[in-house]
Amino acid sequence: MTAMNATTEPLVKARNVHKAYESLEVLKGIDLDVMPGEVVVILGPSGSGKSTFLRCINHLEAIGRGSIMVGGEQIGYRLKGDRLVKLSANAIARQRSRIGMVFQQFNLYPHMTVLQNIIEAPVGVHGENRAAAIENAERLLARVGLSDKVHSYPRQLSGGQQQRVAIARALAIRPQLMLFDEPTSALDPELVGEVLNTMRDLAEQGLTMIVVTHEISFAREAADRVVFMDDGHIVEQGKPDDVLGNPQHPRTKAFLARFL
Amino acid sequence: MSTQHTTDVSPSGDASVRDVANAHTPFRYDRLILWLAVGAVVANFAWIVANNENFGWPVVRQYFFDPTVMQGLYVSLGLTVVAMVLGIALGLVLAVARMSTDRLASTLSAWFVWFFRGTPLLVQLIFWYNMSTLFPVLSISIPFGPTLASWETNSVITPMTAAIAGLALNEAAYMAEIIRGGLLSVDRGQGETAEAFGMTRARSLWRVIIPQAMRSIVPPTGNQLISMIKATSLVSVIAMADLLYSVQSIYNRTFEIIPMLMVAVIWYLLITSILNVGQGYIERYYSRGDRRTGNDGPAEKPAATALAEEASH
Ligand SMILES: Nc1ncnc2c1ncn2[C@@H]1O[C@H](COP(=O)(O)OP(=O)(O)OP(=O)(O)O)[C@@H](O)[C@H]1O
Ligand SMILES: [Mg+2]
Repeated sequence: MTAMNATTEPLVKARNVHKAYESLEVLKGIDLDVMPGEVVVILGPSGSGKSTFLRCINHLEAIGRGSIMVGGEQIGYRLKGDRLVKLSANAIARQRSRIGMVFQQFNLYPHMTVLQNIIEAPVGVHGENRAAAIENAERLLARVGLSDKVHSYPRQLSGGQQQRVAIARALAIRPQLMLFDEPTSALDPELVGEVLNTMRDLAEQGLTMIVVTHEISFAREAADRVVFMDDGHIVEQGKPDDVLGNPQHPRTKAFLARFL
Repeated sequence: MSTQHTTDVSPSGDASVRDVANAHTPFRYDRLILWLAVGAVVANFAWIVANNENFGWPVVRQYFFDPTVMQGLYVSLGLTVVAMVLGIALGLVLAVARMSTDRLASTLSAWFVWFFRGTPLLVQLIFWYNMSTLFPVLSISIPFGPTLASWETNSVITPMTAAIAGLALNEAAYMAEIIRGGLLSVDRGQGETAEAFGMTRARSLWRVIIPQAMRSIVPPTGNQLISMIKATSLVSVIAMADLLYSVQSIYNRTFEIIPMLMVAVIWYLLITSILNVGQGYIERYYSRGDRRTGNDGPAEKPAATALAEEASH
């Protein structure tokens, strides 16, 4: 897509990102650019730091070294002259407010109906008009195929339905960037398809997405670029056909061998 | 499809005989005898108490709605409500402070709870009441600096303010721990999700975490409320005319100690019974959206929720 166009600025610019939990180094220098409209799938063995990297992008985790820029703003910090200062909690909340996130465990608000889940951030954070937010929520629910569940509570839905509501909820904030952390890993195999189809639609409509998943088929069909992470490093990246069809790094080869 | 299975499988007996819907519960004679025996003991005890002249039932009846008793009852109820509301509000602030990443806030909160839980309520009340002997003048001033405003302690600390301060601060310490427990019981992913969607910490507490914490906060708070009603009787030692103090003032005159105490006991029991019922309603409200309670969605869309219920089983 636009990835090769030198005139466009990357939407996400991660530089030399390091992250450690106490003495455990989880990210050891990640460099990654994501162009507007690009769909990047991150693959890698368990514990390689994929979730951690995703959570650093919207500052759910603070990074130890390096920098992350989203939409031209440095996440969590601000340049004051030539001094870098930490942002306040409320300023960070504002930076996050256009980054949608979908979690492995759905994390819908169980005490709210599907509709309330979706309009909570648009109305409460972005100050959208309630009626307009409801209209938008109904449109999004139709898009994920759940128009009949508007007034259900999350516990009354199947896992696949809950995850599609979670996707609608993330779309409701009109995100410039969507982060997916293993959105299908907690689902029964027969429910994975409905969620992946929804995500494929979003990818086709030009939403910028970073997706951590173990679904190789999704990576092959929907990704513009596949990034392979191992032990806190990006060891290989490129077009899906190249990385998946003809991996160069031994770790990538070993990882992909399990899916053949 | 189930009938097909049962006819195939049942080794002996007809399928309809095996159907548990037709099962009989054997009559338990031993349980019946136990019920009768316990019933007889309770009835006998009630009979003895009702006919024991020392309880002075006519006196109980005579004073049950006595103006002095009623006045005391209002004071007890009013104190309970005010102390409880203040205690819950301050308890919430303390709980949030205790859980915050701000070291100063969490340390101050921990000390507060340590002090007010660690000393007897009766002693705290007496201290508040005798504040003027410790600090004759109360003033607002810059630490080690000039004084901005000051009051005579005796004009500020009446039995009423001493009682409210003592009960509310003590209650806040207990409520802080109850609320903190409730907040901790909510899945961490919930607060994280709210944050990821750009909610401020205050908003995520108010909209996402506290409503879910209420399910585990309400039952112990009901306990606290009932304890509080009885704890208000302690304020009689600082000459606050609550329910207990007013029946005492009557029996100090008439020497009908037991009948007057019975008046107070029956009133306390009546109030706590009403509160038990109220607690049940509140608990049901906060468990909405929980499938285990069979609680449906809002009434306007019964068909959709019924469908969803079916699909989820
Ligand atoms: N909050 C934490 N405290 C300490 N260690 C952590 C924490 N979160 C993650 N880790 C560690 O960081 C490492 C990377 O975790 P991460 O969740 O990013 O892996 P992942 O690539 O997403 O794996 P998976 O595919 O299993 O989800 C793991 O070794 C994990 O134990
Ligand atoms: Mg992970």
